[in-house]
Amino acid sequence: MKKILILSIFLLSQLLTFNVFAGSDGTLEIKNKNKESASEVKDCFETINRGIFAFNQGLDKIFFKPVAKGYRYLPKPIRSGTSNALSNLSNVVTVPNNILQGQVKEAGINALRFSINSTLGIAGIFDVASYYGLNKLDKEDYGQTLGTWGVKEGCYFVLPVLGPTTIRDSLGSIANFSGGDAWYNVTVSNNTKYFENSDYYYSRLTSGVDFRAKNLEAFDSLEKNSLDLYASVRSLYLQDRKRKILNLDETTETMNDDDWEEIDTQ
Amino acid sequence: MFKIKFFLLVFLFPLFTIPIEAKEPSKLINEIVNEASAILSSSDPVESKIIKLNNIAEKSVDIDGIGMYTLGKYRKNLNEDQKIKYKKLFRSYFLKSFSSRLVDYSNPKINVVSEKKINEKYTIVKTILEETSKNPRIEIDWRIYTKNPKRPLIRDLIVEGLSLARTQKEEFKSIMQNNNDDINFLFKSFEEFLIK
Repeated sequence: MKKILILSIFLLSQLLTFNVFAGSDGTLEIKNKNKESASEVKDCFETINRGIFAFNQGLDKIFFKPVAKGYRYLPKPIRSGTSNALSNLSNVVTVPNNILQGQVKEAGINALRFSINSTLGIAGIFDVASYYGLNKLDKEDYGQTLGTWGVKEGCYFVLPVLGPTTIRDSLGSIANFSGGDAWYNVTVSNNTKYFENSDYYYSRLTSGVDFRAKNLEAFDSLEKNSLDLYASVRSLYLQDRKRKILNLDETTETMNDDDWEEIDTQ
Repeated sequence: MFKIKFFLLVFLFPLFTIPIEAKEPSKLINEIVNEASAILSSSDPVESKIIKLNNIAEKSVDIDGIGMYTLGKYRKNLNEDQKIKYKKLFRSYFLKSFSSRLVDYSNPKINVVSEKKINEKYTIVKTILEETSKNPRIEIDWRIYTKNPKRPLIRDLIVEGLSLARTQKEEFKSIMQNNNDDINFLFKSFEEFLIK
């Protein structure tokens, strides 16, 4: 655990120090939240990434996709209940990140939602909190928090099984294993008599299957219509992260679209 | 005879000079959605549905504009012949991809939620694709090019905050970058896609 913590601090310090010396590099600059940078995220190890991406695609075909298809056959209340329980569990990461991002109101709402749904909602299976007017808010994670603090993405890369990420988002994930995720702490990190290590891994796996099942058609369509699927997935991942970090609803108005201005067809 | 001609001039001429009214972007989306919905829920063969869907795209989407946008910085380096070839191939690629994405939906229910004018050239129409047993509820924003208010055209679809035009642009850029910025490789990718 100590090693992970040291590694994260080291990597984070590298990201922040590079800002000072390599600002013009365009990839590791401190970001002004209100000013969208025109810089691009570098795909530093594209050849290797494409290889890992192909491996993940293979794994998806033989495991995740068939399992997700099977999951779809479960009755809707079971799927909704599973999805709700997983979403409720994610609040243990969202709440501290709300606080770290200065979102006090959101932290309060999410903490209340977690308390109500974990008890009255029977381990989060039922979203009772929404019934009381506490509507579901966006998830937050440590990668997003680093983003709001001004840490740029660093390199884009693809992890086996886990998929697309950036250096910043990987650091965020490391924070989960360094005490930042209460669910990980009570299952894997600490020996409690209530949970097993496997509870954590099952929940992560189910989360992946649930996500895949919700996006079966969308992924198929993307695969069928892409000229370069790897590049499409990279673009979608980076757009999604940027939107989440800026907490944008009005994406279309704020994204940099100077290029459109030059195109005049009328 | 003169009287009849005079009558025709006086009463019919104004009919031709009345300006065609500007079309509301949300009205355009409503029309397209209803038209597409009718096609998709019909019992027509798939080929016939594709032709009809493509007709909708041809009249309501700025295909040439999207094509130029998605080519990004590379559009400045093309000669006239390459531009013509690109436009032709992109149009075919776009239409095939457009109809292929839609034809899988049997009866999509899309409701217009609001409309927001960004500037003289653009209006964003917000819609919701209603949840089905297969798909979750999806927010879709339509970027409408309104420079000519009488003929608004769709320039982008932003699905849950993710721009399809931007994604496509980065896809094309990747193909170019990995092939020494040679446009012929992009043409080859289009051709391969079209014969699939």
